[in-house]
Amino acid sequence: MVPVSYYLILSAILFSIGVGAFLIKRNIITIFMSIELMLNAVNLSFVAFANYWNQINHQFSGQIFVFFVMVVAAAEAAVGLAIIIALFRTRKTLNVDQVDLMKL
Amino acid sequence: MHLVLFFIFGGFCVAGALNLLLQRHPINSALSLIVVMTSLAVLYLLLGAEFLAAVQVIVYSGAIMVLFTFVIMLLNAQREERTHGSRAAYILGFPGAAALFALLTFIFISNGKSLGFAVLGPDMVSTSQLSSVLFRDLLLPFEVTSVLILIAILGAVALARHHEPHKDESKTQGKER
Repeated sequence: MVPVSYYLILSAILFSIGVGAFLIKRNIITIFMSIELMLNAVNLSFVAFANYWNQINHQFSGQIFVFFVMVVAAAEAAVGLAIIIALFRTRKTLNVDQVDLMKL
Repeated sequence: MHLVLFFIFGGFCVAGALNLLLQRHPINSALSLIVVMTSLAVLYLLLGAEFLAAVQVIVYSGAIMVLFTFVIMLLNAQREERTHGSRAAYILGFPGAAALFALLTFIFISNGKSLGFAVLGPDMVSTSQLSSVLFRDLLLPFEVTSVLILIAILGAVALARHHEPHKDESKTQGKER
């Protein structure tokens, strides 16, 4: 028996670490990985809430949401990494500080 | 038993995530992210989501992380260097993330009583239950995701293809007109 709130707190910990890594990392691949970490944290909270609703009225829509999030994350990873490869070909760098064409 | 498993794999999750944050080489971050995702699969199993646990291992720690490590090795990514722009991120990033964590944890703890307990065993959602919802009630969104994946494949191929400069310019100009 584990309180559902423990799972939610774990998901909050993972999400906060993901936000921190997203902000302080300078390598574009690592930034992308921290986005994946945040998606995983949200998935964990979805599954925890699905467990809670399944106990009350036998609904588990949260797990369906997680399935769709995984599909979108897979598509996003494929396209994002292709963009990173194209960026590296033109700029020869992975540092986000040197990719500031759209910065004011 | 459930509590012990939760703390072991939750600890693995947090340790892997912190290692992702602290390592400076992208390949170390990628490997620690694999640890996070695999232990999350165990946590899904503890919460009664057996199909999602399998999909988490196959899709996330299998396919997506292989793609990440492949790209890191293909681009020969080196250790990231500290730059001037990262100082503002340090000053704003850590307090912001800590404030977010404190807020979320406060909400979850104050509402923890009404959320109840996760018990191992009786609340297992089997794959057949999940698929009956997915293929009956949500058939249209499911089919739309297949279109999404098809478009993502086409986009990835179009973006990552190695262009020959002359041919490509004439092609894109023709498209724009």
